[in-house]
Amino acid sequence: MRKFLLKRFLILIPVFFGVTFLVFLLSNLAPGSPVDAMITPDMNEAQIQDLTLRMGLDQPIVVQYAKWLGRMVRGDLGYSYRTKTAVTGVIGERIGPTLVLTGTVLILSIAVGVALGVIAAYKPYTFWDYLASGISFVGSGVPSFFLALVLIYFFSVKLRLLPTGGMYTNAATESLADLARHMVLPVIVLTMSISGGYIRQSRSAMLEVLGEEYVKMARARGIKERVVLLRHALRNAMLPIVTAIAMSIPFLVGGSVITEQVFGWPGMGSLMVISISNRDYPVIMGITVYITIAVLAVNVIVDILYALLDPKIRN
Amino acid sequence: MEDTLLLKVNSLSTQFVTKDGVLPAVDHISFDLQRGQVLGVVGESGCGKSVMSMSILKLIEKYGGTVLKGSSVLLEGRELLNLPEREMRNVRGREISMISQDPMTALNPVFTIGQQMVETLCRHKRMTRKQAKETAVEWLTRVGISEPEKRMKEYPHQLSGGMCQRVVIAMALSCHSKILIADEPTTALDVTIQAQILDLFREMKEQTGAAIILITHDMGVVADMADIIMVMYAGKAVEFGSKEQLFRKPRHPYTQGLLASVPRLDVQVETLYSIPGTVPNLKKPIKGCVFYDRCPKAERRCAESVPPQSVMKDGGTVACWLYAKAEETIDGRE
Repeated sequence: MRKFLLKRFLILIPVFFGVTFLVFLLSNLAPGSPVDAMITPDMNEAQIQDLTLRMGLDQPIVVQYAKWLGRMVRGDLGYSYRTKTAVTGVIGERIGPTLVLTGTVLILSIAVGVALGVIAAYKPYTFWDYLASGISFVGSGVPSFFLALVLIYFFSVKLRLLPTGGMYTNAATESLADLARHMVLPVIVLTMSISGGYIRQSRSAMLEVLGEEYVKMARARGIKERVVLLRHALRNAMLPIVTAIAMSIPFLVGGSVITEQVFGWPGMGSLMVISISNRDYPVIMGITVYITIAVLAVNVIVDILYALLDPKIRN
Repeated sequence: MEDTLLLKVNSLSTQFVTKDGVLPAVDHISFDLQRGQVLGVVGESGCGKSVMSMSILKLIEKYGGTVLKGSSVLLEGRELLNLPEREMRNVRGREISMISQDPMTALNPVFTIGQQMVETLCRHKRMTRKQAKETAVEWLTRVGISEPEKRMKEYPHQLSGGMCQRVVIAMALSCHSKILIADEPTTALDVTIQAQILDLFREMKEQTGAAIILITHDMGVVADMADIIMVMYAGKAVEFGSKEQLFRKPRHPYTQGLLASVPRLDVQVETLYSIPGTVPNLKKPIKGCVFYDRCPKAERRCAESVPPQSVMKDGGTVACWLYAKAEETIDGRE
């Protein structure tokens, strides 16, 4: 087990460098330069040249990457070209809202997705199965921006029950209740689109396990049906379910770009959109570092979960 | 005689409703099982042997089957088919235990041997976990598993097939079941291990006095173990009798065919005998005898009406027109 974990951790290092270098390279290769976004009509050629030099953009990419890396390991991600403030600060104020939103969505999606999937598998081809499969189809099939607009139209515009976007109504109303009201719609949209996959995965995994001989034998030993289902069957079905959950996490940690954008949620997703359109390289790189670390951490957690769930992997 | 009767199955019928018709997987099966007796149930794959055992345990509904009205399963005079699920759960594993075909898949891969044995014991016996653990170790020793304490902490995949089957047997016996239903208990094992497991069955039968319903397609295993034998074909019990009678004087043409297809060491043959034809599609209603198209002795009436169950002088029964209304004479002649 210890060797297994050590191996998992060591492999993270090259992956981290690989990902960050690739993103650094690609964002520099894209046509245009951050300088373009800063040019004012009264600037002359010499001033533009000077700006490029000051930002170090004339140096080879490898040198730029090495310099960035050197600062990064000291916790300095540079300054945003757009806001002229520290990248760590820019990202820092966005991480909170994204984590609040996606954390809620993740917990809710797992609960809803696994529960519906298990029910659908336990009573296949019944009303419950069709209901769960229906939710799953609609959730994964309907684009989230469309669902978001429909919900805003009904709940915000027509019924005037919920706000159309943002995190708080204004600075004066910052309270948990206000936050909850603002979260309802984006949470519904994201939960719908994410739990759809969880439902399908849990259903098929459970269906397969319920046909297994050991489930039959557990019943033949007089074990209660609830225990058979939740202890004997679900434990075995967890592996593919955990995989499905893990696959959707990268999408969540980056902050769902579209949903955050539609609801004006001040998270990582909308920051990413602004930064890319402004060619704010330091912030793009900062976000990349954050997402990479998060995804790698999730991968390690998933590997540990696999080992905990399956004794064959452990040994 | 009456108080030695343990299980009385009467006219047990189970069917599956499929989209191309109703499949009568078990069709009016009746038999008596006395205490300590071994009933061998033989027949080829798909003849309804396993469905029958699942029906006795009232588990077949979970797998899409329906036990028809008029069926009866009496365990020591108590009707199991009317029992509420709650009470039926106390019968499963405590009074009737099952041993399945493939021991490697019968145990849950994510729990240790110990966890699974303790779970069963705690379910049926008033025991603390510590007592259950001790009992489990004791039973593992009895079924011949070395280092039982160590094995308790291991997972099924760390054990060989034969060992797994020993564990399954220990689990089935640990709650002092009166009946063991062993569904092809040796099919998935190596031949050498098969003999060991059969020895273990015999030994355990001696020690615990449990009755065994041994489901198999292996005539050798039945000859070795069974006291009485039921031959099934296409969901029906075509012949029933003592082991001696059945092997010496098989009555039903199907039983005769089955015995003729067992390879013999003392006779040199180019090709082994096999019963011509295949098992009929039961989803289409069959008017007469189910064995009609494959039977070498078929007559016209066999195609037209279902043969009656004839009870023979020695207590055996056979469902074949050859023996209808002629019980006395035929038995007398041979």
